[in-house]
Amino acid sequence: MKLVTAVIKPFKLDDVKDALKAAGVAGITVTEVRGFGRQGGHTETYRGAEYKIDFVPKVSLSVVVADESVDSVVDTIVSAAATGKIGDGKIWVTDVDRLVRIRTGEEGADAI
Amino acid sequence: MRNRALRIISGLGGVVAILAITPSVGFAQDYVPTAQDYLNNIWVFIAGVFVFFMQAGFALVEAGLTRAKNVVNIFAKNLADAIIGILAFFAVGFALAFGGDGWFMGTEGFFLDGLDLAAIPEGGLSPATTFFFQAVFAATAVTIASGAMAERTKFSAYLIFSAVMCAVIYPIVVHWTWGGGLIADIQIGDAVFSDFAGSGIVHMTGGIAAFMGALFLGPRIGRYDENGKPRAIPGHNIPFATLGVFILWVGWFGFNPGSELLADEFVSTIAVNTMLAAAAGGFVTTIAIWLVAGKPDLAMIGNGVLAGLVAITAPCGAVTPIWSVVIGGIAGVLVVFSVLFFDKIKIDDPVGAVSVHGVCGLWGLLSIGIFARYDDAFLGREDAGLIYGGGFSQLAVQALMAVIILAWVGATTAALFFILKKTIGLRVSAEEEIEGLDLLEHGLQGYAPDMAATR
Repeated sequence: MKLVTAVIKPFKLDDVKDALKAAGVAGITVTEVRGFGRQGGHTETYRGAEYKIDFVPKVSLSVVVADESVDSVVDTIVSAAATGKIGDGKIWVTDVDRLVRIRTGEEGADAI
Repeated sequence: MRNRALRIISGLGGVVAILAITPSVGFAQDYVPTAQDYLNNIWVFIAGVFVFFMQAGFALVEAGLTRAKNVVNIFAKNLADAIIGILAFFAVGFALAFGGDGWFMGTEGFFLDGLDLAAIPEGGLSPATTFFFQAVFAATAVTIASGAMAERTKFSAYLIFSAVMCAVIYPIVVHWTWGGGLIADIQIGDAVFSDFAGSGIVHMTGGIAAFMGALFLGPRIGRYDENGKPRAIPGHNIPFATLGVFILWVGWFGFNPGSELLADEFVSTIAVNTMLAAAAGGFVTTIAIWLVAGKPDLAMIGNGVLAGLVAITAPCGAVTPIWSVVIGGIAGVLVVFSVLFFDKIKIDDPVGAVSVHGVCGLWGLLSIGIFARYDDAFLGREDAGLIYGGGFSQLAVQALMAVIILAWVGATTAALFFILKKTIGLRVSAEEEIEGLDLLEHGLQGYAPDMAATR
């Protein structure tokens, strides 16, 4: 099992969710996060004075998938989240040692 | 009909007359009030309720334009202003403002002692109505400074400031003007002072205190970069701030029309002028900040509405609707450039209180000298304004009045903040400021996580 973590533009969340559901993903967990990458921050004005937003709002989503679905899930997120402009985000994949469904106690692939 | 001086003497000064004959109560009971008298008292009472609700508006504007980590402290300060303001005005302030006709201050009626509270004089207000209306005004004057001092003031020091402001500093200004003292005695040619509902007496007074507070405190940590360039600290809840502006706008329909101190045909004309100036202020500020900063900044537009309201507070009884729009509109420009100016000279005023209440309060006071057409019951004559051929005398009286208020409030609040700074301290520690005043000062979070134990 793998954990797919994607940091995307917040307004792309619905597109990514719909694409993942269509691809058969059973559940995703979403967190509002802030950060900077190559996009950096940007400058805004408030009451006539400037301020810098160093950490831009993003959405982070986590999906646990079976090993064989990893590539298709990642590709699905990439195509749904891409705008081609700077700040589209990143996806990374990590190993999952153990997975348990709390309600039933099922483990591993059964719990996905 | 529109003789304010007479009304104040029967309504407020009547307090003194009644005091003079205590403990005998026969005098006051001799007059049987008419339906109109009751209507007058009920209207002014209701208007006072509107004015009291402005406290909620001030609290929301200040909380919205500052950071979440200080929101408890900000609501605490605003609630304290109401609590302390009412008690201080009851104990001392009302007597200093209205308890006698000395040039400097009144000396009778402490704790409302000796007043026949229910006695309605002919065509006037009972001492109870007068006290109620004046007490909510006092609470307004003191709470203005809170915004300029936000996010760094020690709570205990603020409470002392609030008490002194409401007990002494503001009531003396009121005595000098509406109470018949120093400023009311000034006459230049035919011109005597006019400040219908308090652009100068209430708002400029609050604005000057706000300036002194911000000056003695110094800017918040992080407000200026290492080169001294202003850095904005955005507010955490713009919907709060905007709702606060709406509440204040509604409250002003008690503040200005209630200051007619009668239920008559002018209540609505004053309401119309008030409404127009607010809209004009907001409209012009929108354009101004859009041009200056490139975006229609809502936090500034809210200031623009309030700027229009503050400016029309003095002239609302004396000017035509067209000039109300002009007065509010000019305030809408003034407030933008004033905010930028005070930013530049390192007066860190998170909500713009100095600009809205101080600068636009001054503008409202002066605008009478230019635009006054009708007798507002203070002026005592028609066509007092410059553009109606009234000459410069009215403008001169208004300017002199502004200078006197500036000198008194400036000197007393500066002395007060200086003493507080040297004794108990005016500002919280840097650690507390960075951590937020809510946890260290009040032991409470404004937005605590919803994770309390269930057993």
